[in-house]
Amino acid sequence: MAHGPAKGITRWLYTTNHKDIGTMYLWFSFAMFLLGGVFALVIRAELFEPGLQIVEPEFFNQMTTMHGLVMVFGAVMPAFVGLANWMVPMMIGAPDMALPRMNNWSFWILPFAFAMLASTLFMEGGAPNFGWTFYAPLSTTYAPPSVTFFIFAVHIMGASSIMGAINIIATILNMRAPGMTMMKMPLFVWTWLITAYLLIAVMPVLAGVVTMMLMDIHFGTSFFDAAGGGDPVLFQHVFWFFGHPEVYIMILPAFGVVSQIIPTFARKPLFGYASMVYATSSIAFLSFIVWAHHMFTVGMPVAGELFFMYATMLIAVPTGVKVFNWVTTMFKGSMTFETPMLFSIAFVILFTIGGFSGLMLAIAPADFQYHDTYFVVAHFHYVLVPGAIFSITAAVYYWLPKWCGNMYNEVMGKTHFWMAFIGLNLTFFPMHFVGLAGMPRRIPDYALQFADFNMYASVGAFLFGAAQILFLFNVIATIRGGRKATDEVWENPEGLEWTVPSPAPYHTFSTPPDVK
Amino acid sequence: MTQSIKQSNRVLLAKLLATSVMMFLFALYVMPPLYNLFCEVTGLNGKTGGQYQATEVVVDTSRVVKVQFLATNNESMPWGFKPEVQSMEVHPGQEVEVRYLAFNPTGETMVAQAVPSVVPFKAAEYFHKTECFCFNQQPLDGGENAELPLRFIVDQDVPKQVHTITLSYTLFDITDKIELASTSP
Repeated sequence: MAHGPAKGITRWLYTTNHKDIGTMYLWFSFAMFLLGGVFALVIRAELFEPGLQIVEPEFFNQMTTMHGLVMVFGAVMPAFVGLANWMVPMMIGAPDMALPRMNNWSFWILPFAFAMLASTLFMEGGAPNFGWTFYAPLSTTYAPPSVTFFIFAVHIMGASSIMGAINIIATILNMRAPGMTMMKMPLFVWTWLITAYLLIAVMPVLAGVVTMMLMDIHFGTSFFDAAGGGDPVLFQHVFWFFGHPEVYIMILPAFGVVSQIIPTFARKPLFGYASMVYATSSIAFLSFIVWAHHMFTVGMPVAGELFFMYATMLIAVPTGVKVFNWVTTMFKGSMTFETPMLFSIAFVILFTIGGFSGLMLAIAPADFQYHDTYFVVAHFHYVLVPGAIFSITAAVYYWLPKWCGNMYNEVMGKTHFWMAFIGLNLTFFPMHFVGLAGMPRRIPDYALQFADFNMYASVGAFLFGAAQILFLFNVIATIRGGRKATDEVWENPEGLEWTVPSPAPYHTFSTPPDVK
Repeated sequence: MTQSIKQSNRVLLAKLLATSVMMFLFALYVMPPLYNLFCEVTGLNGKTGGQYQATEVVVDTSRVVKVQFLATNNESMPWGFKPEVQSMEVHPGQEVEVRYLAFNPTGETMVAQAVPSVVPFKAAEYFHKTECFCFNQQPLDGGENAELPLRFIVDQDVPKQVHTITLSYTLFDITDKIELASTSP
């Protein structure tokens, strides 16, 4: 049983090792992050000045669509699955994932899905241009022919996510070391368990909604076509029934990551462990009953608007519990500010800002004003970039020494942090102002009064992009060499992953550890 | 891995796969009918019900409700389409007939489908159609005219604050859809 990795390309093609698969997920996600980032920079370059200068409006629409799809399904979700693959077995003292062959499959179908999605850029009629939310009838009656490839790509991504989620649930429920009770599990494991259940509940709904589109386009049904007795508003309900839990799928594992990192660098145990678990579960439950706050303006009875408004505001309560717990963990701690900690603290502060703009958007009457403006763009980028992206970055810096056995370059890491921090605030903070002033989203041109803020945003976006190149360089340099990391890596960190040598051997916990 | 863990992993795999298949079928076969039912019950989106069977009722002559008629062509629909009258005043409980006029100016036979909508939404469930051209598809030869009948009753229970009901029809060109349906398996 105990053997090292196979040699050559077949190691990666046939591997069933959770560490190999985790590594592939992370590299894939980084590649998609760069691709989605290039799309974003095309958008920001076009918006640098008012007027049309670089791309055609039609291509601009393809860029906004592809940026959203690639970042959500290609960058953020696979990155978290990659982290789960690497860390969950090591955190619960399991030798590997529960279903290793399925694990291999769920990764290897992803490159095909995204190759298919990216290939639509070169097709006649262009790539999907209807926004990442692909509202019907834009995505049915008026869609480019490439929409069919988009639909199948989404089917494959969905299958991959569902298999990944099943694997994670089975690992967590069945493979824990003796003594590792549910309420002793690290918070990253808890948040991933809940996320995996969300995935199983809603990814099939996404598959369902694209299947209905497919049938409307090719087989003469009328799910979303009013002329045949359907209703385009139905699309929005089904989509957001998937879409709202989806946004928590992208943030709950992030909560888990910072809940691991902050105690280490505050040198205090996490404050309110049990309340963190219950808060995460509450957020997951609430995510199923708030979907219509994305569509306050479609026309709803007042009772409906009120219900979705109050239910949405209710989410601030468990989220507030988590934020207060992180702050309290840091309170009077002996804090040091290594790169993972910097990213985690920025996560807490900036994610809270995104949460507050979310509360503003939750107010139904005010939402009529903010709907489809840059204020919305500012809001969800504040929860996704310093939320999901910063936490993934923090996780990579935190666990990279364990993965490859070398310490990363701290100066380069901190430089990366400050470039990313300044870049992202410069990009997204002005969007609040132009949004409140009425600049609509997804339009390649804008009125002159928005010019200055858009120029700042574009400069910030390129700075943020440059920071990621530095990140890539730092990671490669760390893998190739550098100061050797100790087995503990940090000062008295909590968790089983720090009890194995650095770099983590190919097989860990072949015999289960003793959990006190 | 011991045999018992392998076994419980397989069981869990089967259960979770079954759950996702169920959620897929839920999205495909339960959500759309559920949504339609919800719309019908609440009048959401101003959706009106199907054909209504008139019952003997006393006409409430003490109240007058103004009913406005709108006609809209969806995108490139080339037909002439308009109501015979812009609006009329009716008593709740009274059965009224109006006509919409349609004209196909093209040289080809086309098929249209009218989709109704009522505002205010809360009036939708009190607006009953005993006969409507929107229940059927409307084929029309090139250059032909048609009078499309509509009979309706405003329910006596319509809330007091409703003084005006706007009935809007959007006319869709479904000629291609009919051809697609007849050629596809």
